Amino acid sequence: MGKLISLAEAVARYVQDGDTVYAAGFTHLIPFAVGHEIIRQRRRNLTLARATPDLVYDQMVAAGCAKKVIFSYMGNPGVGSLRLVRAAVEAGELEWEEYSHFSMISRLTAGATGLPFMPMNPTAAGDLERANPSYRTVTDPYTGGQVVVVPPLKPDVAIVHVQRADEEGNAHIWGIIGEQKEAAFASQRVILSAEEIVPAEVIRSDPNRTLIPGFIVDAVCHVPFCSHPSYTQGYYDRDNAFYLEWDEISKDRQRAQAYLDEWVFGVKDRQEYWEKLGPQVHRRLKVKRRLSTPVDYGSY
Amino acid sequence: MATLSYTSPELLTINAARLLRDGDVVFVGVGLPNLACNLARRTHAPNLVMIYEAGVIGAQPARLPLSIGDPTLVSGALSVCSMYDIFAFYLQRGNVDVGFLGGAQIDRFGNINATVIGGYAHPKVRLPGSGGSMEIAAWADRCYIITPHQKRRFPEKVDFCTSAGFMSGRAEREAARLRGAGPQAVVTDLGILEPDASGELVLTALHPGATLEQAQTNTGWALKAAPELKTTPPPSAEELRILREELDPDKIYLKGGE
Repeated sequence: MGKLISLAEAVARYVQDGDTVYAAGFTHLIPFAVGHEIIRQRRRNLTLARATPDLVYDQMVAAGCAKKVIFSYMGNPGVGSLRLVRAAVEAGELEWEEYSHFSMISRLTAGATGLPFMPMNPTAAGDLERANPSYRTVTDPYTGGQVVVVPPLKPDVAIVHVQRADEEGNAHIWGIIGEQKEAAFASQRVILSAEEIVPAEVIRSDPNRTLIPGFIVDAVCHVPFCSHPSYTQGYYDRDNAFYLEWDEISKDRQRAQAYLDEWVFGVKDRQEYWEKLGPQVHRRLKVKRRLSTPVDYGSY
Repeated sequence: MATLSYTSPELLTINAARLLRDGDVVFVGVGLPNLACNLARRTHAPNLVMIYEAGVIGAQPARLPLSIGDPTLVSGALSVCSMYDIFAFYLQRGNVDVGFLGGAQIDRFGNINATVIGGYAHPKVRLPGSGGSMEIAAWADRCYIITPHQKRRFPEKVDFCTSAGFMSGRAEREAARLRGAGPQAVVTDLGILEPDASGELVLTALHPGATLEQAQTNTGWALKAAPELKTTPPPSAEELRILREELDPDKIYLKGGE
């Protein structure tokens, strides 16, 4: 059986209760549609890891999917507080494990490259290193100095959205590439969703743009507009208005639940969600073209 | 010449922009630092290189980005790299001249709290946390902080040290062997604070109309004034025009304040 399956099937097959999930993407390509499908399938006790939990984890926490978050910046980017995760943490309802961006990404890099830990230069910001026992120091065997280290992060499942992939999951990504590659290589299983499924020749026409090789991918799902209200570079814009609106919605748990009822449980899949957003939103998020100059790989 | 009127965010942004030097490589944050960098680029520092922690190098944003991962930062940029690369190759390696920082609390020695108010395990207020600020504070050559001048923001000591300033004094930071020189200036709506020889933040300049007493009343430690307390030049018509007409015409970041 091929890897190209529906998103519902991919989540049913590859996301289990209790898993550690890494939904990748630094502001860009955040896989909201996959988060929503996990909510619809009512997964429980997940550990949700992301450098920036963003609205997708706020929604998954509100839906009761999570027992723990691992993060390095818990905010609504450009807007302010990530209210529901924050309220759950302040109320003692949600476990958390916290890093700086670089140490979070270093953990993922250690996981992705099979190393026992990653070293970092000291930052002298000792309070977080004392609060989180995963931070350790080792002696540099060459100079005798102290080096800060963090252990590998090896999620059970990575969720990565991309612009285009072939049916095997060989994937092209451009724009902000955040930690997509590291998340995919660090995880036991990979669910890949794509705006477009393209023939293998398209991938092979530009191999430098392939960040993720198909042989580490378990499921390939064709999910146009997967990222909304995040964005896909060159396909649709970030819905900043929704990020501002969520700041209002998430002030009140009941409103957040009503949002989930309408926009997650109330729709069958991402296509229905996108249609429900309506033509005005579609027009607002449309992007004008700006093509790169083609490169010549040469024929040998 | 009649005195121009301006708001507090405009005053902060313009004074922050003046701290930047032509050719600086700057790790930019959203909000006022982003405006300050773009203002500097359009005035005295046309060769400023703007780097964003999302992995964008040499951005030339066509519109005002709401977040540091906005697609407008990518289109037309010099380079885009992974998050690991931006922190390792650029920041840790020592390729960043300036970092901008902010936080809920800044203490006497320029240490910043962006993590919690109250105890860590049972926080009274849970703030967003470090993001990249822990590394920026340690590894950028110079750090600048932009903040309103309020007593609750300037405690004697931060509740939680998210990113290191001079710690308990310059000697402690030096012993920690961080590559960056630490906070070089805190720009407030009353004036500018800079570290003295011991690393303590002292008032070195007042904005037009502000008083030393005002600054002291709004600071949580016994704020000293530098021997030659300067007055910052008022915002110029050109600086205000660029901010209002070109950079933030919808007043997304410049609203509020007086």
